[in-house]
Amino acid sequence: MAARAMWKGVLDLDEGIPVKLYSAVEDRKVHFRLLHEKDHVPLRREMINPVTGEAVAYQEAKRGWETEDGRLVVLAEDELESLEPEPSRTIEVLRFVEPGTLSHLWYDRPYYLGPDGHDEAWSALAEALRRTGREGVVRWVMRKKPYVGALRLHGNVPMLLTLRHAGQVVEASNLDAPSGRELEEREMDMARKLLQMLEGTFDPEEWEDTYQARVRELVEAKATGRTISLREYKKRRDEGESLEKALEASLQQAGGRRSA
Amino acid sequence: MPEKNGGSEEGRSSGPRPFWSGTLAFGLVSVPVRLFSASRSSGPSLRMVADDGTPLSQRYVCPREEEPVSADEIVRGYEIGDGEWITVTDEELESLEPEKAREIDLRRFVPLSELDPAFFDRAYFLVPAEGATKAYRLLVSVMEETERAGIATFVMRGREHLVAILAEDGFLRAETMRFHDEVRTAETVGLPDPHEVDDKTTARLMRAIEKRSRASIDREELEDTQARALESLVARKRKKGKDVVDLPEDAREDPSGTRIVDLIEVLKRSLAEEEDTRETDGGGSGGGDKEREGKDGDGARATEGSASGDLEGRTRAELYERAKSLEIPGRSSMSKKELVEALERAS
Repeated sequence: MAARAMWKGVLDLDEGIPVKLYSAVEDRKVHFRLLHEKDHVPLRREMINPVTGEAVAYQEAKRGWETEDGRLVVLAEDELESLEPEPSRTIEVLRFVEPGTLSHLWYDRPYYLGPDGHDEAWSALAEALRRTGREGVVRWVMRKKPYVGALRLHGNVPMLLTLRHAGQVVEASNLDAPSGRELEEREMDMARKLLQMLEGTFDPEEWEDTYQARVRELVEAKATGRTISLREYKKRRDEGESLEKALEASLQQAGGRRSA
Repeated sequence: MPEKNGGSEEGRSSGPRPFWSGTLAFGLVSVPVRLFSASRSSGPSLRMVADDGTPLSQRYVCPREEEPVSADEIVRGYEIGDGEWITVTDEELESLEPEKAREIDLRRFVPLSELDPAFFDRAYFLVPAEGATKAYRLLVSVMEETERAGIATFVMRGREHLVAILAEDGFLRAETMRFHDEVRTAETVGLPDPHEVDDKTTARLMRAIEKRSRASIDREELEDTQARALESLVARKRKKGKDVVDLPEDAREDPSGTRIVDLIEVLKRSLAEEEDTRETDGGGSGGGDKEREGKDGDGARATEGSASGDLEGRTRAELYERAKSLEIPGRSSMSKKELVEALERAS
């Protein structure tokens, strides 16, 4: 089933490349509604003024900014509107950088960039991204909000990852990493060996959201009138003594596990 | 009754306290660590208020009777057919939660190149706890050297998370990852395969990319311009005293916790705490006491302790609670700074 595009625009790279934006993430969680217990009618959420007890419609509510000293600055709708960016259909390229220049810490949400209409220019974009290996920093306006994103290749198709803002991201390079005496080569060696024994590949499909699976199971069981037993989840505990002994014991254990 | 979905509700606050503390297990080596969020909210969220600035509250209304419904008359439901619902209780949902575990068990290491950033959800820094610096550094240097990341699952706030542990700049970082069924493929989205293109168009686009290539990123470009504009609008209105109202004590949410506390400061202090501690082999809890009172003296402990130096790092709500327990008069009208001063005098 093809997904619906959430936005369309034109990527400006000297020439315009018409594109559509698709969310690359999907909410797979089981969502519940709140119901009135006696008749199972879904409830409506409503805002009220606690002083007058009157209901206030969403469009009529104003926004308030709470200050540190316990006061509130009330903002009118037109004031907030004046802060909105000019609507635009252009994805503007700010710069391209070598991969790795922009730390993953900046990435927020991924979106696929698909062609809008002819896929000639879009295919050429994918090819140009592949050949240069570069990652773009771009900006655009979507749903009245300004976004900055990273333009990169995902597999063989272009992807836009929205970026967090400056001030939202804590970068390790601003911190002094833990330091101390030089590590002993013997320990480094053992750690390398242990890591090697634990080496494997990452296949996302191997990992399941077990909590969601159990919620789904519960809901399905109830829907069919079954009862389910709640399982026990075991936890593991290891105690290490000295670093060296623990590494040694781990190597033995990992070695044993492998040959077993 | 709060909205409770199957989903995780983490990440709402970005305060200075660790999100999680436990041990990172590497074979039988266990490294006690604390997790700190690597991102914070950009600014406070705006509150919904009435014309006169009274913060609005919420209630649930039964649309059939047009009557407000109290919390004890509300149940969670899941629609299984047209207007047909099954209900679940909080107890049932809680029983599905994974058992609390305090361990991230690194049982698999994979090449960094196999990790897809589209799967990354949230990032956290792992900071070694007292005496565990050496095992931590060992793990960092071996992972950096071999360009490997650890994969594990761990339990945080009642949910099991898939996590990649990466070593970068001398730190371990945890990236919680979306599960495979939460990330669409280009195929499921319905994108075509890029097809063969004529070299002329590609070459033109490559030149356009080349022309815009720079050696580094520019933080200016990553500024949240809209949030900055909102801040200055608020500052102007405050200065003029326009549309500024006092909030009754019980209506305050105290934004200072998220706005003022500098996460980097907290991390720095947290790390300084480690530096003061004599190194011992991993896992041990002893040692280090002698050098405890070292260079960084007060303020070294970011999260606990009763020294006056740490009051600054507390939220107004916490300070107010403390002032209340000490029965400090006039506390309700005090600013955060005044509360700190009053508490310092009282101790």
